[in-house]
Amino acid sequence: MSNSHNIRGKVHKYDTDNIDTDVIIPGPYLKIHDHKELAKHAMEGIDPNFPQKVSPGDFLVAGNNFGCGSSREHAPIALSHTGIKAILAQSFARIFYRNAVDGGYLLPIEIDKSTVKKISDGDELEIDLANNKIINMTQNERYVMKPFPDLIAKIVEAGGLINYNPDH
Amino acid sequence: MTITEKILARASGKQKVSPGDVMFANVDKVMLHDVSGPGVIKVFSEWEKKRGLKLNQIWDPDRVWVAEDHFVPSADRISAENITNLSNFTKQYGISKHFKYGLGQYGICHTLSHEEAMVLPGEVYVGGDSHTNTTGALGAFAAGLGHTDIAYVLMKGKIWFKVPETMLFKIDGIKPSHIMAKDIILKIIGDIGTDGANYKAMQFAGGVMKDLPMEERITLTNMTTEAGAKNGMIEPDGITFDYLRERTDAKYSPVYGDSDAHYSEEFTYEIDKLEPTIAKPFSPGNISAARELQGTELDKAYIGSCTGAKLEDLRAAAEILKDKKVKIRTEVLPAAQSIYMKALKEGLINIFMQAGALVGPPTCGACCGAHMGVLGKDEVCISTTNRNFPGRMGHVESKTYLASPIVVAASAITGKITDPRDIIN
Repeated sequence: MSNSHNIRGKVHKYDTDNIDTDVIIPGPYLKIHDHKELAKHAMEGIDPNFPQKVSPGDFLVAGNNFGCGSSREHAPIALSHTGIKAILAQSFARIFYRNAVDGGYLLPIEIDKSTVKKISDGDELEIDLANNKIINMTQNERYVMKPFPDLIAKIVEAGGLINYNPDH
Repeated sequence: MTITEKILARASGKQKVSPGDVMFANVDKVMLHDVSGPGVIKVFSEWEKKRGLKLNQIWDPDRVWVAEDHFVPSADRISAENITNLSNFTKQYGISKHFKYGLGQYGICHTLSHEEAMVLPGEVYVGGDSHTNTTGALGAFAAGLGHTDIAYVLMKGKIWFKVPETMLFKIDGIKPSHIMAKDIILKIIGDIGTDGANYKAMQFAGGVMKDLPMEERITLTNMTTEAGAKNGMIEPDGITFDYLRERTDAKYSPVYGDSDAHYSEEFTYEIDKLEPTIAKPFSPGNISAARELQGTELDKAYIGSCTGAKLEDLRAAAEILKDKKVKIRTEVLPAAQSIYMKALKEGLINIFMQAGALVGPPTCGACCGAHMGVLGKDEVCISTTNRNFPGRMGHVESKTYLASPIVVAASAITGKITDPRDIIN
């Protein structure tokens, strides 16, 4: 994961607020710690066919408070191992957000409600992380993303908390 | 500064911090359980595999403690393997505070955090579970983290935090006997929404706190998670110190907010005006008064979890169930072995069993849909637990209503959602 280049992918949109961790990866799978196995059950509570739909590098678009509920790191792990590279949502629950960033699994990108509305399922997006811009190739539109706070940007740039040296 | 800000300032070696500041803070205590523990072990093995980082020792084994609670007694072969791996892990790194089921005291991690005084006022406490917020009722900064963050803390003894704004909830008035802390917190979540406190601290104060028992305070902070809060907080007082004195002789230095502390929002609730409150499927914020749902048919009642199976919860439920019979399947799972034993001594377990309820061992169990009484398709449950998302307690088409132990017990007797005042009279 690097801030220095653009990422491109197709959108899988779930126009719902409060998509919680029990929906993203249901409780019975919490005992599983094999990442590929977890990916088979990603989003099972809302769309059991989700893992088959995703190609590596794709994006998930959702509403408010994405990832609310439990602290299970299984949630960003399962999503990232389906191939999801970034989630674009109006807001994120705090533990999901920090798990996604600190584990280096995927990018939690905050966008306005109006931007969520404009993006459609199946759209092709290009995200310019260096300039906090999103280009919708399908609809030929441009949006802004909320910039990462300084420390978060550095952890994202490092590819996860373990690679980040706070003393530098 | 608020108490949350002062604890974070002290832990990060700063004179002053303000909401929005992002900094590394030293951690005093860390908790892992049988779901997050194996997750942390996996992170350690990935670090070793991908980055050649082998950890021969952790930062401070005496500040780490481990609970077995989610899939115990081991629900199947995978759960058993996780328990074995967890035992090997604590042995390898010299972590002696490992609460094992079938080996004396054990129970749900958040319950042990206060019941065993694992965390003390003024401390920074992180746990590999979202309901770590619970322990803020002791006047500590307590927040949940994921596996990578916990692994990082085990290595370095510190982690980054963004200083939260603090929302202050004052609960005033005289508490009626049919109202419990669960009604207060459900009402608050209903009012502010399930993301109403996202990234923020929720602090509770007001006249009611002056005699609200510690375990009832725990219910308030426990469910701050359901409003998205980073941490729940209650300033320590005589009730806190008495509670801790019965459990530990460890020294601690409590922290209090300044008199001119700034709160981002202030709310006042008159407890006399509260109704027995229920969160309907599929959100803890989807609330109604029990009266409005009167007559809703139920299949099952569940009295369990870190939210609703503490001794005070069991006492309240037993008072309703005494000399009555349950009409629907009812499960009672005390939240810790010590609480089970106290309930036994007080005759509460006898009341539950005489009423026809099943009494089970401490476990997170069906609260997270893991095992032991999970819900089938279309089953409807009333529960003392903290979440009712789709599929939370079992099948994605099952339904859970969240309520206080009193409301759950009253509803178990009639088989329908019931306002406890109708049973008491």
